[in-house]
Amino acid sequence: MCASYAGVAGEWSGNAGVEWLAFPKQALSDAQHDSYLSFSLEPEYYHEWDHGKKSFTFEPFLRRAQYDTARTHADIRELNIGVTSEWWELTAGISKVYWGITESQHLVDIVNQTDLVENLDTEDKLGQPMLDLTLVGGDLGTLDLFVLPGFRERTFLDEDGRPRFGLVVDRQNPLYENNSEDRHIDFAARWYQYIGDWEVGLSHFHGTARTPEMIITPTGPFTPPVLTPFYPQIDQTGLEVQGIFGAWLWKLEAIHNTGFDHSPFFAAVGGFEYTFVLENGMEIGALMEYSWDERDEKTPSRFQNDMLVGTRLTFNDVQSTQVLAGVIVDMEGAGHSYNLEAERRFGESWKLSLEARGVFHVEPGDFLYQSRRDNSFRFTAARYF
Amino acid sequence: MKILNTFLIALLGMSAFSSPLLADTADDRGLEIAVEADKRKNGFGDFTADLLMVLRNKQGEESTRELRSKNLEVEGDGDKSLTIFDRPQDIKGTALLTFTHKTGSDDQWLYLPALKRVKRIASNNKSGPFMGSEFAYEDISSQEVEKYTYKYLRDEPLDGEAMFVFERYPVDKKSGYTRQVVWMDQDEYRERKIVYYDRKNSLLKTLTFSGYEKYLDKFWKAAEMDMTNHQTGKSTKLAWSNYAFGTGLGDRDFDRNSLKRAR
Repeated sequence: MCASYAGVAGEWSGNAGVEWLAFPKQALSDAQHDSYLSFSLEPEYYHEWDHGKKSFTFEPFLRRAQYDTARTHADIRELNIGVTSEWWELTAGISKVYWGITESQHLVDIVNQTDLVENLDTEDKLGQPMLDLTLVGGDLGTLDLFVLPGFRERTFLDEDGRPRFGLVVDRQNPLYENNSEDRHIDFAARWYQYIGDWEVGLSHFHGTARTPEMIITPTGPFTPPVLTPFYPQIDQTGLEVQGIFGAWLWKLEAIHNTGFDHSPFFAAVGGFEYTFVLENGMEIGALMEYSWDERDEKTPSRFQNDMLVGTRLTFNDVQSTQVLAGVIVDMEGAGHSYNLEAERRFGESWKLSLEARGVFHVEPGDFLYQSRRDNSFRFTAARYF
Repeated sequence: MKILNTFLIALLGMSAFSSPLLADTADDRGLEIAVEADKRKNGFGDFTADLLMVLRNKQGEESTRELRSKNLEVEGDGDKSLTIFDRPQDIKGTALLTFTHKTGSDDQWLYLPALKRVKRIASNNKSGPFMGSEFAYEDISSQEVEKYTYKYLRDEPLDGEAMFVFERYPVDKKSGYTRQVVWMDQDEYRERKIVYYDRKNSLLKTLTFSGYEKYLDKFWKAAEMDMTNHQTGKSTKLAWSNYAFGTGLGDRDFDRNSLKRAR
């Protein structure tokens, strides 16, 4: 146990894991497989001094995959120095920042690029170089200012990876709207305030879009076309509102974006989570979130008019067992998907997770149609140290 | 009436009772004891401590948790606390920030280090177990006088020491208890035993405090708290160490940003 308040002397922690990704149905492409094994390592070094007012963090990440050269990758999730004072905090280096409150998708969250080869849930992020100045204004709220030099491309699976788009993504030749390409310096700001049972966040991002537009590019008369990622310059304003009323958590995330396909658009996701406790201590949460996107069918994601209905089970047991399960229903008819995540600790330092994901009732033309054979199970055993 | 009360107080050995008010009823008397106990706990400013939690199931199998606790006294409201999880390793870096309030529900945020996400949590789950232990959130959160109504029961020796025995009834309807019976020593107003009754008013748990030590020549803190669940046969031991007072903590150590730095 860390003894004193003077600071945490340099220490390593982290986890190493084995992952098995299995697909019961045969793949659409001959290049793909039914079973994928991989190994990951995510150590973290943390050192703080001056009574915790200064800190150094280093968190590399490594995955070695059986197939798919794109999935074998390394990243520096964090490598930064933090300084804290009474009214401000400064982080310089590679870091990770999370914005937002909803579960079905993360609309407002834009600072870090998604590491899509890790998981389609977009919750794994690449480290982003940044200078982050936080101004703590008490009753005036907290203002976070970011300078983001250096753009990170989204990661995509290779031809033999799974699940992936119907066409292979040309990872070598991304296109940019801005001439400085991945050296463009982006800016972001976020104001956050908490007033009793209400929380509000207002943010703005100016720079290179994290979500690329996918351009179908021919490669020759006898070879299939590829998808070329195109990263436009965007301005995105985000709003987060959360209200807590007893067991009810009401959530709203909304964005206004200019830059995508040369026309501005609105998108929003909102809903609630209601939690109740059983006599044995187990917590049951009921979730409902509705997603809407003005771009409708042109949206590069699937959330143009969709409803998530889900449940979160927190067993409150010694093994910290948790289950999150949900169905996302397309309100315009076809193209539904399901998602189940369960995790449980074994012994003192092992954690086993299971994820089941897939689509059902999809029809040609749906965004999800390309995933119709990619229903999957993901088993992960990770050892924490 | 007054004479009778005075007589009763003398009879029950209440000479040490410092309040000038005379208790008119058992309710007032119970409240007076609680107020006096609270008064003696006031003025600590801030403190930090390490916790070792030992969870024992019916078969006697044990598993342990390591946590650190930072606490800040707030004038006129409930205290602020930050609980940092150190072990097991998979939850290392997880931190829970709580603003307790004398009335109404508490404000709580949970920090999930893997996602760098600060999550507001609905604090209606106060009856839920804390980290799979036999302690409920409401057992370990700041015990404000206003959170209960009281009824004095009797004086009674416990392990040879003179105790007040009173009942308290949670004001919050979300509480997992109908009542708690508290044994408090008459010399120092320290909780020594609490017996919890569930919503059906059946005996649920017993908490015993031991190893009290005095800090800053004024504040008594128990070194060990043992909670036994009579309905499940499970128990949890909470061992406190490295108490430090006046560590210079302030509001900035108990805000959302501080969660991310909590290690």
